[in-house]
Amino acid sequence: MRAILIVAGKEFRGGLRNRWVLSICIILSVLAMGLAYFGAAAAGKVGFTSLSTTIVSLASLAVFIIPLIALMLAYDGIVGEDESGTLLLLMTYPLTRWQLLLGKMFGQGMIMAFSTTVGFGSSAVMIGVFSASTSWRELLMPYAIFIGSAVLLGWIFIAIAYVVSCSVSEKSKAAGIALILWFLFVLVFDLGLLGILVATQGDLNADLFPYLLLLNPTDIFRLVNISYFAEQNLSGLMAISQQAQFSMTTMFAALLSWLVLPVVISVYIFNRRGL
Amino acid sequence: MSSIVELQQVEKKYLQVQALHSLDLSLQQGEVLGLFGHNGAGKTTIIKLILGLIEPTSGEVRVFGESPSHGMALQIRSQLGFLQENVSFYDQLTGLEVLNYFASLKRVSKKKSMQLLVQVGLQDACKRKVKTYSKGMRQRLGLAQALLGNPKLLLLDEPTVGLDPIATQDFYLSIEQLKQQGCTVVLCSHVLPGVEKYIDRALIMGSGELLASGSLAQLRLQASLPAQFTLQGNSLTWPTQALAASVKPGPLAGQYQLEVAMEQKMHVLKQLISQPGLQDLQVSLPSLEDLYRHFIQVQGKSEVFL
Repeated sequence: MRAILIVAGKEFRGGLRNRWVLSICIILSVLAMGLAYFGAAAAGKVGFTSLSTTIVSLASLAVFIIPLIALMLAYDGIVGEDESGTLLLLMTYPLTRWQLLLGKMFGQGMIMAFSTTVGFGSSAVMIGVFSASTSWRELLMPYAIFIGSAVLLGWIFIAIAYVVSCSVSEKSKAAGIALILWFLFVLVFDLGLLGILVATQGDLNADLFPYLLLLNPTDIFRLVNISYFAEQNLSGLMAISQQAQFSMTTMFAALLSWLVLPVVISVYIFNRRGL
Repeated sequence: MSSIVELQQVEKKYLQVQALHSLDLSLQQGEVLGLFGHNGAGKTTIIKLILGLIEPTSGEVRVFGESPSHGMALQIRSQLGFLQENVSFYDQLTGLEVLNYFASLKRVSKKKSMQLLVQVGLQDACKRKVKTYSKGMRQRLGLAQALLGNPKLLLLDEPTVGLDPIATQDFYLSIEQLKQQGCTVVLCSHVLPGVEKYIDRALIMGSGELLASGSLAQLRLQASLPAQFTLQGNSLTWPTQALAASVKPGPLAGQYQLEVAMEQKMHVLKQLISQPGLQDLQVSLPSLEDLYRHFIQVQGKSEVFL
């Protein structure tokens, strides 16, 4: 545990030093505050809209940006140390491979958690202070769920990035694969599901379909945030899921398994990596 | 006293490539071993085997009496110091932060890491980011890192690359000190001049095979390379016909060069010293570099015959 914390502390400090923490905080808070205030601009209004609109539109933007940030943050975690020679050196220290891996993930996970909380939290504070229609009490639960699930989503993609980083031998290859994974999870998967649905003209087992969404962590993240505001008018893929009301616990459990899976796989691959 | 490092019949194969042919090696406490060979000769393979980073295809590796890649590996590693070729540390951190990171992983106090930075002459640069460091400074930071926690076994791959002559000298002196304290050192290098004074034993490798091993004196015997005499004098007469035939004029006026077999050295020396016109006489024994070249060439020839 001690070794893990030392590695994690160094990663976090590195994140502060090369401005990762700062830039993620700024990006997310600008995004969140902008959406909170200008969220209804398309409807011809400026000002705070309803909390549900804000959160749902925030979630649908976060679903693109958070995986991207997490992948960029972590893709070179192992392969980068290998290229600079420090991996070989670290492996001669009294430190096991899994301790190094978990330490790095933990440190970068903290970078993600801290910046997400500060970035999105700032918009909650802004709404709380300036909006007349929304009270602090109302803000708490939706924002807690939103930020909590966003942090989990970030962690999942950090772990996925480590699977890539442990498997390849060049940094540029890791970057390429990470980008493809982002594309598959965030864009292609939904399109594919919709495509199947349309092609079969809905002639697919309606009970099965919502469960397919659990195969993609980004869809679970959206489900979590949307289902909290069930009265929302949903469109696209999310509308289907309304038939199957997963409980919050189920969805968070699904997110957690999506976190554990890549962590275990990356430890397995890293243990077999040659030096 | 059991040996610090023990390799028995160790072989290493990477897929089809035989990186190391059967090697026996035993290192005692306080011994300084020089490991020489061209690129791909198997130096790094030996180092990695001792570090437990790779496992031998066959044979047995023991470090402090244990296998370095199993069970006790973590305990062994806390008594090891290692510096590899071309390490480029974390650019965004300062020298002190980098060393503190490695120190805490080895459970060494931060006070000690500052002391080491002073020892390698980086105290003025310790608050600067590593990315501003020159090659030599990075190398010195790497050395400080290897010396963390008073290692009992130190493995250094090309430690003096990028160091200026004075820093190189300082480095060899600190190796000498460590040796006094009972530290066993393996120096891996293809830069030879200057190193011979500080090593007890040399291992010359070529294409994964041991070409020669032993102290400098033993290697000279094995190689039977001649000693080089350089004479200076006017109207020198040569005591024997055979000697007169092998004398060559040197680069300067009145200078002569002569190659003499090691067994004949004292005999010829006595003869020459009594010559009336002799003004100066220098005897140079085959250096480590000459020996290295000799053994590599011998291997090259035997391969041609095969």
